[in-house]
Amino acid sequence: MAITPELVAGHNLSAEEYGRILEILGRQPNYVELGIFSAMWSEHCSYKSSRLHLRKFPTTGSRVIQGPGENAGVVDIGDGLAVAFKMESHNHPSFIEPYQGAATGVGGILRDIFTMGARPIASLNSLRFGSLDAPRMKHIVDGVVRGIAGYGNCMGIPTVGGETTFHSAYNGNILVNVFNAGIVRADRIFLGRAEGAGNPVVYVGSKTGRDGIHGATMASEEFAGNQTSQKRPNVQVGDPFTEKLLLEACLELFATDAVVGIQDMGAAGLTSSTFEMAGRAGSGVEIDLSKVPARETGMTPYEIMLSESQERMLLVCRSDRLPEVLAIFRKWELDAVEIGKVTDTGRVVLFFGGEKVADLPAAPLADEAPVYDRPRRPAAAPPPPRWPEEPEPSDYGACLRRILASPNVSEKSWIWTQYDHMVGTNTVERPGGDAAIVRVKGTARALALKSDVNPFFCALDPYRGAAIAVAEAARSISCTGGRPLAITDCLNFGNPEKPDVMAQFEAAVRGISDACRAFDIPVVSGNVSFYNETDGRAIPPTPTVGMVGLLEDVDLRVAMAFRRDGDRVALLGQTRDELGGSEFLRTVRGRDEGPCPEVDLAAERRLCELLLDLAASRSLSSAHDVADGGLAVALAESAMAGALGADIEVPGFVRHSALLFGESTGRAVVSFASGEERNIAERAAAAGVPLVMLGRIGGPRLRIARGDAPPIDEDLRDLTALWRSAFRRSIESAELL
Amino acid sequence: MKFSIVVFPGSNCDQDCEHVVRELLGCEAEYVWHAETDLKGADAVIIPGGFAYGDYLRAGALARFSPVMESVGRFARQGGPVLGICNGFQVLLEAGLLPGAMRVNRDLRYVCRDVHLRIQSSETPFTRLYDEGSVVRMPIGHMEGNYTAPPSVLDELEREDRVVFRYCDERGAVADAANPNGADRAIAGICSRDRNVVGLMPHPDRCAEALLGNDQGLKMFQSAVTALAAR
Repeated sequence: MAITPELVAGHNLSAEEYGRILEILGRQPNYVELGIFSAMWSEHCSYKSSRLHLRKFPTTGSRVIQGPGENAGVVDIGDGLAVAFKMESHNHPSFIEPYQGAATGVGGILRDIFTMGARPIASLNSLRFGSLDAPRMKHIVDGVVRGIAGYGNCMGIPTVGGETTFHSAYNGNILVNVFNAGIVRADRIFLGRAEGAGNPVVYVGSKTGRDGIHGATMASEEFAGNQTSQKRPNVQVGDPFTEKLLLEACLELFATDAVVGIQDMGAAGLTSSTFEMAGRAGSGVEIDLSKVPARETGMTPYEIMLSESQERMLLVCRSDRLPEVLAIFRKWELDAVEIGKVTDTGRVVLFFGGEKVADLPAAPLADEAPVYDRPRRPAAAPPPPRWPEEPEPSDYGACLRRILASPNVSEKSWIWTQYDHMVGTNTVERPGGDAAIVRVKGTARALALKSDVNPFFCALDPYRGAAIAVAEAARSISCTGGRPLAITDCLNFGNPEKPDVMAQFEAAVRGISDACRAFDIPVVSGNVSFYNETDGRAIPPTPTVGMVGLLEDVDLRVAMAFRRDGDRVALLGQTRDELGGSEFLRTVRGRDEGPCPEVDLAAERRLCELLLDLAASRSLSSAHDVADGGLAVALAESAMAGALGADIEVPGFVRHSALLFGESTGRAVVSFASGEERNIAERAAAAGVPLVMLGRIGGPRLRIARGDAPPIDEDLRDLTALWRSAFRRSIESAELL
Repeated sequence: MKFSIVVFPGSNCDQDCEHVVRELLGCEAEYVWHAETDLKGADAVIIPGGFAYGDYLRAGALARFSPVMESVGRFARQGGPVLGICNGFQVLLEAGLLPGAMRVNRDLRYVCRDVHLRIQSSETPFTRLYDEGSVVRMPIGHMEGNYTAPPSVLDELEREDRVVFRYCDERGAVADAANPNGADRAIAGICSRDRNVVGLMPHPDRCAEALLGNDQGLKMFQSAVTALAAR
């Protein structure tokens, strides 16, 4: 096939990029090679718009065993064990075909974890949907939740937590970010390297079909409104049963020392796995594509190289151990075929039916993809907010009820009861709390896991919003008694070729970097998802943070639920006169307004250290991060979770609405035995953390008073019933399509 | 005392059961791959939860053809205690070791949450340590737990006191609102005529230690130990 400018453009390659291809090759590429370049240099695989900025992340630390650049990051947790974790997006496919899109997203992240040699033990997901009354939206929500459930449940990997936000800004482009963490012996980590000339290259797992061809390229384009059905064939179809077999087979194989390197065939399938494995090792590979197990007859080399069929792996093993490797996969009834050999030529050479169909240098495709410093120009400042001049509401109790019943704040058990969150018998803290806690069997330790970002804050100020995402995750994890260890991230943005989007991206990366430095934690893996736009409208910047924390002793954990009648309640941290970006403004006033709350990273760190210190001395009965909905919602959540009312008097110097519903950062609600009051006040003062005593736990009502102002005074059972039923009612209230 | 745990392709609670048997019960545990026929000197057999063969076609429908199931059948006929949990229960139904069948949950969704169960019979090797009529809290996690059988079979089960567990509310009352999947007569678990084969949808393996917030399921395994010791 002749390589025409149209064909080049159809592969989403610019004229300049094509010029570079000619330079690298010293000749014209053929059709197969063009397809390979197109996939490898897609935004999705090459990070060409983001790479320059991602270099700012702190990625090292004494516990880091593997930083960014592999299938997942790995961090030491002691006892000879490590945690491998990563977060990935599957936004575009999930919008087009919600069930399969979300399911294969889970499948992809699980493969990333077990390719490292780790057994996946817990998943999280971070979901952003449009308004529930937007076209197709209930169908999308239902499909995404079923898809995550369908895949994760069948694999036997618990989904232990997550977050869900609804806003019309996601009507045309939802976000599905999935996280997984696995446990691996620190000295048995496997990497994606094709080492040792002469070693066999083995294809394992499902057969290759025509599904998902050019999926990576699709994720690197904007949508136009009417394209969702045309794009459906680009979405892959998942088979969790096969992946379960693949998981068990791989872990059985890893217990031997036969494997040299292994990589998941994820985005860009066989293309990225061959080039990246050879690129990382500085080696080459020679592959006979006619040996690749095909699901359909007549597949061309181009299709085989670009298919994104799921549940496939590429591995390199020691040449004398091949029979053993094949036998393990045979036991698990999986295809495993030697399709080529490692070479020392630095080239990926492909044959098909005895004919050479591609001959490309490995490293330049993998590592020397274009890097763009795209122009940036922050968007114009929004008009000044109206809330500072607005009168106070007349009924704060009604405000609280409305916020508790809003889709964003209401309890989401409709979602997480569809996920098996208990399989594996490690789930110590079930969904619904601040951070999920999973124990590490065979040790006294546990992991605290949390995904976080407030996209409303990010829309107002991407730098602060991103820094707050890290701070809030750290706060949630510290509330449980876990020490933040490291993060992964999933950076969801619009079209990077637009200067305002690129400005958001750069600011968010800076925000995450600064916050990570303040907490002294590294970024060890991550993913960038650009082009989250439909009809030219970008999503709010949504840099999702997935954080892993460590509890050295699971018995020292703290939960958010009020625990004992008579306990005292206190607020840690400073409340400012802030309502910007709050759920109160969105739900009660019906507006998105700024400014984004301030963030004081040093104060956030002090708060976290204090929480950890108090947890370690068993001084706390409960601890809960103050976030969406503000102080009143945090108090209500702790009360509802513990089925214990409270009598609260909030002293304060800011307007009552901000006191109750403002979302000032750096705060937590804690409760403790009445005898601990002085001890805790002294330790907070010593730590430099403001503390306000709020009242005591007990009774059937939640009463929150402020001087002479009319108090919130609600029956806790009614409040709980409202909070628990609101989401279920709104999602089930209309037909799904 | 040895528990053999059957592993099908797609089983995913095999390791959870192994953890209970070895770490919490202090007994021996042995995995038996579905293609094997030797139960390795089992004193009791557990068929764990999961998605054997991906639950493709119908939960348990393919697993019943695995070679190991013939050995399990023989073991059961000789009076050996067999416990099928969740998917394991579905496999026992498909294999004909217990009567009845499973339908998809009545609200057509997978459900993972705690339920309450009334112990209807303590005359099985897996319930002898529970008080008859007592209420226990136990988690479920399934898509197909809506138990059904022809009315004559249900009547027979009741007559022979073979309904071992029934869904109920926290006070022990059997009510439609406390039935998580629509199961006929709120049946959560049953036993064979000889009472040695027990299947249930809830997961005792997930509530066998205080760290996970609930250890009411441990007695089910302890019951088997005492039953075997008494033989």
